[in-house]
Amino acid sequence: MRRARLRSAPFIVSTVALLAGCVREGVLDPHGPVSGAERLILLNATGIMLVVVVPVILMTLAFAWWYRASNSRAAYDPDWDYSGHIELVTWSIPAMVVILLAGVGWTGSHDLDPAQKLHSSAKPIRIQGVSLDWKWLFIYPDQGVATVNRLVVPAGAPIEFSLSSATVMNSFFVPQLGSMIYTMPGMTTQLNLLAESAGEYPGYSSQFSGDGFSDMRFPVNAVSSAEFPAWIERARTSSETLDAGAYDRLAVPGTVAAQTYGSVTPHFYEWIVARTVGAPVRDP
Amino acid sequence: MFGKLTWDAIPFDQPIPMAGSLFMTVLIFGILGLVSRKGWWPYLWREWLTSVDHKRIGIMYVVLALLLLLRGFIDAIMMRSQQALAAGGAQGYLPPEHYDQIFSAHGTIMIFFMAMPFVIGLMNFVVPLQIGARDVAFPVLNAISLWLTATGALLVNMSLVVGNFARTGWLGFPPLSELQFSPDVGVDYYLWSLQISGIGTLLAGINFVTTILKLRAPGMSYMRMPVFCWTALSSNMLIVAAFPVLTATFGMLLLDRYAGMHFFTNTGGGNAMLYFNLIWVWGHPEVYILILPAFGIFSEVIATFSGKSLFGYRSMVGATLAICVLSFTVWLHHFFTMGAGADVNAFFGIMSMIIAVPTGVKVFNWLFTLYRGRLRYEPPVLWAIGFMVTFVIGGLTGVLLAVPPADFVLHNSVFLVAHFHNVIIGGVVFGAMAGLNYWFPKAFGFTLDRRLGIVSFWCWLVGFYVAFMPLYVLGLMGMTRRMQHYADRAWQPYLIVAGIGALIILCGIAATIAQLVVSIRTRQSRMDRTGDPWNGRTLEWSTASPPPIYNFAVLPQVESLDAFWAMKQAGKRAPAGHYEAIEIPGNSANGFVTAFFAVITGFAMIWHIWWLAILGLLCAALTLLAFGWIERKEIEISPEQLAADDRAHLAAASAA
Repeated sequence: MRRARLRSAPFIVSTVALLAGCVREGVLDPHGPVSGAERLILLNATGIMLVVVVPVILMTLAFAWWYRASNSRAAYDPDWDYSGHIELVTWSIPAMVVILLAGVGWTGSHDLDPAQKLHSSAKPIRIQGVSLDWKWLFIYPDQGVATVNRLVVPAGAPIEFSLSSATVMNSFFVPQLGSMIYTMPGMTTQLNLLAESAGEYPGYSSQFSGDGFSDMRFPVNAVSSAEFPAWIERARTSSETLDAGAYDRLAVPGTVAAQTYGSVTPHFYEWIVARTVGAPVRDP
Repeated sequence: MFGKLTWDAIPFDQPIPMAGSLFMTVLIFGILGLVSRKGWWPYLWREWLTSVDHKRIGIMYVVLALLLLLRGFIDAIMMRSQQALAAGGAQGYLPPEHYDQIFSAHGTIMIFFMAMPFVIGLMNFVVPLQIGARDVAFPVLNAISLWLTATGALLVNMSLVVGNFARTGWLGFPPLSELQFSPDVGVDYYLWSLQISGIGTLLAGINFVTTILKLRAPGMSYMRMPVFCWTALSSNMLIVAAFPVLTATFGMLLLDRYAGMHFFTNTGGGNAMLYFNLIWVWGHPEVYILILPAFGIFSEVIATFSGKSLFGYRSMVGATLAICVLSFTVWLHHFFTMGAGADVNAFFGIMSMIIAVPTGVKVFNWLFTLYRGRLRYEPPVLWAIGFMVTFVIGGLTGVLLAVPPADFVLHNSVFLVAHFHNVIIGGVVFGAMAGLNYWFPKAFGFTLDRRLGIVSFWCWLVGFYVAFMPLYVLGLMGMTRRMQHYADRAWQPYLIVAGIGALIILCGIAATIAQLVVSIRTRQSRMDRTGDPWNGRTLEWSTASPPPIYNFAVLPQVESLDAFWAMKQAGKRAPAGHYEAIEIPGNSANGFVTAFFAVITGFAMIWHIWWLAILGLLCAALTLLAFGWIERKEIEISPEQLAADDRAHLAAASAA
């Protein structure tokens, strides 16, 4: 690899930035408003800091080189160890950078709060996701279908996720759509995403959850808003029903291929959440 | 009778763990055999194993750290090679049940049994010398701390041979670490080894806070303390404040696992979020426990080799204390993605960014210490310059992760992995290596080979960039951490490069070993009789190398910062007119024997051998009591002896 030979740090940083800019996947290739805004914050924050970091690196190398013992032209001032002016500057520069970044952080945290619903003229889709050992179950409560290890969403419509876990913690993450969020047993986390264009985006669990963790992948298929109802209709033709029995088979630890349930027992997600923490539940 | 322990605990049927455990067993018995054959036991027992001398204990801590660095690094090489292979449909050569143990062991070992002993060992050796003291406040307790740390390290490595290690990551997050999901002994190995070594660390913290507050030489006011002592003080205050939290957290998890309680379980009203908060209330200060002493080392090294006093001493002290306090206010940034509200996330994000201010000030102060200095390029300086360049990059990515919306897409990715290796290798390890090269001549009386030291530095530096810059890119490409295999073939080239980087670091480790071996073999020609090979500024350089057991024939009178430098400038290095006899504590087997029983207790608890656990605990308690009762011999050093030693040292120093 070309980068392997480069040694000076600033060069590496800029090379990495350049390389990363070319990356055609991941968080630098956003396909939604959330991931787009997050990339912007990422780049802005990096840019703000580089303004200080690059000069510091260059100064370090320059000072270390110029003030080498063998350089007879360099000044030597062994007792010089205080300057109020310099101290003022050295405290001010990081403080100003942090004030700027704090602004970015504060507004960003509020604008991009995962629980905050997205503004859109399109009708939102509700999806309830549950992480199991080691697969993902996605329930479409309004459509009455469910999928395993595959997520199909209409492009352009806000997706309102309610996420939980039937076993240990996991984290739901689709890099090209934005924010990840933990899935936790007995609790529901809220996440709002939107896929701007049709396409397939890889999804992962990003919180280690045991031996089958590496296989907790799911493609997110964003289809056109016209295609989505057709997909729902096709899904409904599946003879599989998501009920207590099917769930118990699915919950056995292990990895499975993607599959579709044509019908889902009502309030099934709530039943899973309650059951996981040992709350008294009747079979749905 | 033997609890859960059966022959099944030894992995006869699995070639890789079996080879590993065979290697370990052969290595340990080989060393023990060699020591017996050469008749070294009496020497080892007398001079090292029962020593309560802070210098010997410090050296043993560092030896422990270097040994465990090798173990942790073997894990690293295995992870890098596995990920370089396991692309597309490939599974690599490590099945998940091994791979998961390896990354858990790597993190646990590198933090608790490499970085911690390294830093504590350097503090142990240096702090009493720098403050002009004869030893730490509680010398026997110091030995107990060392041996309890070694107990933890031994238990972690035992899991390689008997049973298995945790498969939960280095922080053992529940509910995965609960009995329901991790029923085997792996998590118990993790918990007991860290509980036992954690007690050792807490005792060390108490010892050092007391030492620095109470045992400073006459005249050494707080604002005349060397910066390394300030960072050591802050680090140990953090230990005292944070380690009880760790003990309590692990205690609750142990109660869940052993007594059927429900602190962090899914059922029974438990909540794993509590564990996340508690473990990071310890965990974030922990990173400052490691990095602050490293900052101190760089301050000493840069000032000494620039031939200048440190720029902005007061700022440096203020920045250190600010970091010390702020480190307790940022723990939530480790889980922004848990779904706390925007206000909470923003608050903790901003608090985390604020830590960058004092840290930035420190970098500027080092920069202006270089300014108008006369920099001598000895190995410690290379590590320091390498650190300054590398650490600001790690700082940048760290602050980036402190911005909640950025963290939402970078958390738990290999970008995060690259960030913390950036600051831990570029900060803590570089600092420890600088300290090793800087203080080695003080500890042993001869310098380390310069050429091999430089080779080691460049291998580590280049290796670090080659190994971790690709992980930054991969993190941006969406690769999450802890994957045993992955589907996306586009990641593979980067992971191959990262693997090559790890091999370059391996060369750096080999160079360090070669440096130690070559230097020891050629020590006759590299003797330093002055005790001050670097033209040092602080008191440790005013005494002989290696320092006599009592450190200073007469306690130094401190009149300014950089006390030894001032003495040299003023030409005040004459033998004292009057010497008084010194009493120093004699050896004590207390630490070693207590730790022996701690190993038995820990092992018995891990395997549910209750009678043995009770017996071990009882014996450990009796050991502590018995040694407390025995009136210990003190060694008296006569004024004549002191006068003779002191004159000899000063004569050698002025002859050079």
